[in-house]
Amino acid sequence: MTQAVEGQQRAPLLSLRGINKSFGAVHVLRDVDFDVRPGEVTALVGDNGAGKSTLIKCIAGIHPFDDGEILFEGQPVTIHGPKDANALGIEIVYQDLALCDNLDVVHNMFLGRELHSGITLNETEMEKRAGDTLKSLSVRTLRSLRQNVSSLSGGQRQTVAIARAVLWNSKLVILDEPTAALGVAQTEQVLNLVRRLADNGLGVVLITHNMNDVMQVADSIATLFLGQMAAQVRAKDVNNTQVIELITAGRSGDIGLKPREAAEAGVA
Amino acid sequence: MSTTQSDSAQVSQFDLETTPGQGGIGEAASGYWERIKGGDLGALPAVIGAVVLVIVFGIMEPDSFLTEQNFANLLNQGAAIMVLAMGLVFVLLLGEIDLSAGFTAGTGAAILGVTLTNHGWAWPLSIAAALLTGVAIGLAIALLVARLGIPSFVVSLAFFLGLQGAMLLIIGEGGTIPIRDDAVLSVMNKNMPVALGWLLALIVIAGFAFFQFWAMRTRKKAGLPTPAISVLAVKVGALAVVVLALIWLLQQERQRPNAPIVIQGVPWVVPLVVALVVVLTFLLMRTSFGRHVYAVGGNAEAARRAGINVPNIKTLCFILGSTLAIVAGILLASRDNSVSPTTGGAQTLLYAVGAAVIGGTSLFGGRGRIVDAVTGGLVVAIIANGLPLVTQKSGVQFIINGLVLLLAASVDAISRRRAAATGR
Repeated sequence: MTQAVEGQQRAPLLSLRGINKSFGAVHVLRDVDFDVRPGEVTALVGDNGAGKSTLIKCIAGIHPFDDGEILFEGQPVTIHGPKDANALGIEIVYQDLALCDNLDVVHNMFLGRELHSGITLNETEMEKRAGDTLKSLSVRTLRSLRQNVSSLSGGQRQTVAIARAVLWNSKLVILDEPTAALGVAQTEQVLNLVRRLADNGLGVVLITHNMNDVMQVADSIATLFLGQMAAQVRAKDVNNTQVIELITAGRSGDIGLKPREAAEAGVA
Repeated sequence: MSTTQSDSAQVSQFDLETTPGQGGIGEAASGYWERIKGGDLGALPAVIGAVVLVIVFGIMEPDSFLTEQNFANLLNQGAAIMVLAMGLVFVLLLGEIDLSAGFTAGTGAAILGVTLTNHGWAWPLSIAAALLTGVAIGLAIALLVARLGIPSFVVSLAFFLGLQGAMLLIIGEGGTIPIRDDAVLSVMNKNMPVALGWLLALIVIAGFAFFQFWAMRTRKKAGLPTPAISVLAVKVGALAVVVLALIWLLQQERQRPNAPIVIQGVPWVVPLVVALVVVLTFLLMRTSFGRHVYAVGGNAEAARRAGINVPNIKTLCFILGSTLAIVAGILLASRDNSVSPTTGGAQTLLYAVGAAVIGGTSLFGGRGRIVDAVTGGLVVAIIANGLPLVTQKSGVQFIINGLVLLLAASVDAISRRRAAATGR
């Protein structure tokens, strides 16, 4: 799966340097460095409470970082709110989907950002663009763009949510556990789609608990351990066991946090 | 979620439709039947209800119920309920309720009566004052519901009591204010000239046909799937038959034989209701605001994450609800030629909620249309009109009205469960 070879890697799309974030007395993120490259799937893994959700919520502009630097396409940027993130081309697909069951596929894909002609909604243009986007992602599992989302399967719904994220010429798509609630075939379907996003040149961040997903599609694996970035490694350089050690202990052999750091992190 | 097996079957079975689907009537009919089986009943309960009720009342009281005079009466009785229900559709779409709408209507009527009769204002000024009061009431309810987060059930129950008190104070203890302004009275008491009535029918049918075919042409041009032309023709034809039949009934002379004056023609309230349906339907179906109302009602959290200002949408819906309630109140005052402390009280609100729900608007939010208020309102009006002809006992009438409301709510709940089970 991994196509990028060391040395041929493109410059990072998003780079976080020395990110810190506290909620009151709780130091959730400590000096986190994180890189996402275009055309790659970067898996963000870590145990519950490791800080994955906080990290992406900060990237999405839902929470501000306390300190640290964000570089987007090499330029330092500040993200003050979700609109800033969207303007940069960052889109997030949330775990609980955030689709409206009572609206159809097109309405959901354009929700909150409808196209108009005058004061009326431009339904034909929206339907065309939705169809084009789904086709560009080789989605062939929807019967009609005008069926309500409630009539879709879990995999199809996830597909719609992902397609919505790429509709806006986005550059970075962050997927929060997209396969958590899916069956085997649907997971396969969604992972293929994730891979296609990266192959189309987007930067993709995949948050997941599922090691199979990670090993199947990720080019790069970033492991958070109790708020610290234990390691961000190339997927082909590590195996399943090493990743699990990184998640559970913060280190594996000579990769990851130094023993002292890991212990301190554990204390904190 | 369906099983993995059926899902993978779907993968191979279906393709994204890229060719215009020329299904024809057969396919459209089977699609409609599928929707009904899936719990999406639409206007079906209202249509069946109306037909059954007309047959039942027609058999029991053929001489008083099945007359042209009574049909015009029935529309007049139903008009205020329909407009009140249109306002409630906006609130119900959010999954909220406004129990105070009936007395909001009453308050509007009271303000109209006092300013017109006691202070001698011109009618446009009086109506504007009443409508502005509606905006203020809606805004107040919305602030408490959307910003403070009090359940709308409680807020509107408080307003139900408070507005009842406000009405008493405005009208004065025990009083009834007569309304003598011709413009206000003519809405419910005068009829359109016969020619104008036919013109109205023509405009409605031609307008509907034009927009159906125009929408189809735009889709075709864009290379999107379109319904077969025969399906559109059947739709337009069905509407034409219904509209022409109703207008024809209203054009008949409704006085007893040998009466000194002729009463015929479409009551002026009919074009008013039609105009409200068109404007509000446009607002709900063709603008971002309308789309966002459905989104908030379907999944408020998803709407928020999509960047929709949920409290603003709720506020606008409550304001629309209360303002339309005021319009209903003006109609009530026009019909009664007066305003009393009971205007908008008694069963008015429950009739309106019943009308919206019977028409197909869900009490759970996210599903409903403006036209539901009219179809459901017609059923409610038939009941309100026919029941007193059948039985004089108001105890029996109350019980039957309560049962009808429960029946409508049950249909809503059952169709929702079916919809959840079939994934619609």
